Amino acid sequence: MSTTLPRHEDAPVKARAVREEQLPALRPVSARGPVAVALGALLGAVLLGISMGPADLSFSAALRVLLSHVPLLHFHSGVSRIDSDILWQIRLPRVVLGGLVGAMLAGGGAAFQGVFRNPLADPYLLGVAAGAGLGATAVIVAGPRLTQLLPLAAFAGAVGAVTLTYVVGATVGRQGATVSIVLAGVAVAALLTAIQTFLQQQHAQDLQSVYAWILGSLTVSSWSDVVLILPYVAVSAAVLLAHRRLLDVLRVGEDEADSLGVRSSRVRITIVAAATLGTAAAVAVSGLIGFVGIIVPHTVRLTTNASYRVVVPVSMIGGAAFLILADVAARTVLAPSEIPIGVVTAFVGAPFFLFVLRSRRVGRST
Amino acid sequence: MIAFESVTVRYDMVTALSDLTEDIGSGEWVGLIGPNGAGKTTLLRAVARLLPHEGEIRVDGVAVSSLSPKRLARLVAYVPQQPELPPDMTVGQYVLLGRTPHIAYFGFETGEDRSVCGELLGSLDLATMAERRLSTLSGGELQRLVLARALAQQAPVLLLDEPTSALDLGRRVEALELVDALRRERGLTVLSALHDLTLAGQFADRLILLGEGRAVSTGKPDEVLTEESLGRHFGASVRVMRSDVGDLIVIPQRVR
Repeated sequence: MSTTLPRHEDAPVKARAVREEQLPALRPVSARGPVAVALGALLGAVLLGISMGPADLSFSAALRVLLSHVPLLHFHSGVSRIDSDILWQIRLPRVVLGGLVGAMLAGGGAAFQGVFRNPLADPYLLGVAAGAGLGATAVIVAGPRLTQLLPLAAFAGAVGAVTLTYVVGATVGRQGATVSIVLAGVAVAALLTAIQTFLQQQHAQDLQSVYAWILGSLTVSSWSDVVLILPYVAVSAAVLLAHRRLLDVLRVGEDEADSLGVRSSRVRITIVAAATLGTAAAVAVSGLIGFVGIIVPHTVRLTTNASYRVVVPVSMIGGAAFLILADVAARTVLAPSEIPIGVVTAFVGAPFFLFVLRSRRVGRST
Repeated sequence: MIAFESVTVRYDMVTALSDLTEDIGSGEWVGLIGPNGAGKTTLLRAVARLLPHEGEIRVDGVAVSSLSPKRLARLVAYVPQQPELPPDMTVGQYVLLGRTPHIAYFGFETGEDRSVCGELLGSLDLATMAERRLSTLSGGELQRLVLARALAQQAPVLLLDEPTSALDLGRRVEALELVDALRRERGLTVLSALHDLTLAGQFADRLILLGEGRAVSTGKPDEVLTEESLGRHFGASVRVMRSDVGDLIVIPQRVR
């Protein structure tokens, strides 16, 4: 075998020093198409959500009631007072709450997957679920007098757990290293779950209420729940959306993001804080609804281009639509009794996710 | 363009680079050579401020420790040995990442950023691939793409850590040829760790031989690439010869 050392004059690729023609600029990354599709799905889900239920109300009646509440429009629905109240006071708040919770879980999931560069990261990764579970359990076992405090306790538990995770992660590992934070999250979640289980076993009579909360439900939702979480949801969504370009930069890892002039640990903590605030508010009113934070962002990623500029907004809208539909299934499949919504999201979501994965045959995606 | 003044880098208790003083002129290509663990990557990462250092590193007369990350990224573009290449990112998205230091925190790239990147893809023969996912590119194409992203930063200094280690023989020469053409065209200063001593000798203006964190030999390739010095610092028997056109050829030799 003979090999000759190549001389560099022979190399075929050279930078063209002079360009006669103007090369085309790159096409901008646009989320418009996917956002429009997701909005369409959301609109359909909302209409289905408010027209499905024990009282027989048509699609058009639902639409007319909605229009009659639009300020300045002075539209008269022609729907009876009772039906109108069922729609406006019972179904709509439940649909809106489901939408907000779904948007937060899916948006938070997308953000966590971006920040930790791990396709299996979900919004519960750093202890949100365990912390909320402990807070809720503590209130439930303390007796019915404190029921009013349940959302607050769950919220505080969730935020406290993530804060603890960050503090522990920063002290044991290299400052800001994602691996030590994720590991700290595992440890904190295990500890809090242990305490929660202990409390639960000590108060066996409350087992069913605790269990029902953990499985998640939108049964008792009202406009006051919507108002309660709206500020957190708004702040969280705004921060996550504002960071969608930086989430793309984080995809090349901490070192390279830093060398591109981004303070990646600071960006990361901002995004984690925003996602935590949103998911904590969501679980405070809905309990622990699983799977949404993984299924929705991945479906978006597999069906659109994988840029976070698309994934973040479309996951939020798609997550809202998905959870509204899951709730419709939860309350209609075994009507008049309800299935826990967490069971529906897992039961419907898991096979659907596998179907999407299979049909696209895409291996890794972060 | 890059000045090192008594630069020392420590990881906990280990000194990875000690007391380096060196000046790299504007437009120069300086190759870092030396055995594994000699401090080549450490040196590059210190310039990119991915590692804290003692002493002073100045780029274009300014101490890197005094610059904001964004300003530093407009002066220095760093390409690690194994860049992170998200498989489902498109070529266009990836090159645009190089514009990050020119975009405000909450901002988005402008038409100008996109035309800078479009032009770079064109000049690196990647123009038709803008919509392709990274997982579909060959090793040589990925290497050019990574260079394109670094060039999109429009920084006068290019730091390359073993830019050819993942490439076959032909693509290696091609990649270095490209770096050479680009630095002439754009007046870049290049500091690169190079594994292949023969290619290091043929492409770099000057070499710094690092051994155990110290610069043990500095100078033109024929001053640094000597059988005695390489043999001592690499712990191997090495022959240095000249090709028929006068290029240096370094060959490791089995000891018999």
